[in-house]
Amino acid sequence: MTWTSIFIAGFITYFTRMGMITLINKDIFNENFRKILNYVPSVVFPSIIFPGVLFDDYGTLVVITDPKIYGALTAVIVGFFSRNVILTIASGLISYWFLIFAL
Amino acid sequence: MSSKFQIFKIGFFDVSPHLLSVIPFGIIFGAIGIELGFDPIMTYATSLIIFGGASQIVFLQLLSGGASSLIAITSVGVINSRHFLYGAVLSEYLNKLSLIKKIFISYFIVDQGFAVSNIYLKKNKEQPFNYYHLMGSGITLWLCWQVATILGIFLGSIVPEELGLEFAIPLTFIAIIINELRKLDHLMVIIISGLAATFFYNAPFKSYILISPLIGLFAAYLILKFKK
Repeated sequence: MTWTSIFIAGFITYFTRMGMITLINKDIFNENFRKILNYVPSVVFPSIIFPGVLFDDYGTLVVITDPKIYGALTAVIVGFFSRNVILTIASGLISYWFLIFAL
Repeated sequence: MSSKFQIFKIGFFDVSPHLLSVIPFGIIFGAIGIELGFDPIMTYATSLIIFGGASQIVFLQLLSGGASSLIAITSVGVINSRHFLYGAVLSEYLNKLSLIKKIFISYFIVDQGFAVSNIYLKKNKEQPFNYYHLMGSGITLWLCWQVATILGIFLGSIVPEELGLEFAIPLTFIAIIINELRKLDHLMVIIISGLAATFFYNAPFKSYILISPLIGLFAAYLILKFKK
């Protein structure tokens, strides 16, 4: 049963990837819809970022003093000014570890 | 004009900083699968067949917790439904490819790969082999995810839990959208989507991952209308 579930879940996931690319003709999207699609990264990734920072492993909102909040803020500030991916991730992690281990 | 291999390499280099989060996450996933009581082959099979980070963890957690297969499968489908949006964006660039190529490339479309390749494809619309960038980023992520899963399965939690390396996942996405914060319309949409995800976080089947982008896109639609 578990194997069947894995294959069905895999098929559905693959369909989510393949569906729009193979089955939809790009011409059905008008110019306005294309403009809205420009926002896809800006709507999907915050939906991963905010819960990743604001909730703990048990699905409870973290307190305002949680190290993840300050780690994320550090990453935003460093990333905004440096425009460097590695620096952004590293600064967030280092400040997070600093708050956990050094304070 | 860049060769196919050169574009593939650019895809590899563009996505490589994100391996900082993908590799530890893959190791953690492999270890979790075994801890939850799944055998190594089954745990690894989810990486090969589903190939969708967070959805794999939710899938195994639900099954091990006694949830029905239907609930586990539905959750995977809902979590991964964001790929429809990626596909809609990428269809513009992959439209001229043969069906076989589209079917092949589709398998490798994941968050970080989409993010870096979308930027490249936007800037290089007329480049004949631009889709090799998507293959470079996607295959790199796929390989690392497979190897990391196997490492996690056999070495267990070699990543100390206290390090909280799962936190690298939101950080890698912050790095991806950081440049969008410079544009007021995108900043507004980012905040709206993020708050919606926070508000709907406990909705069934992890459906916040579908609800909040749709709310964000509606906000984008209103902003575009207002701009006119």
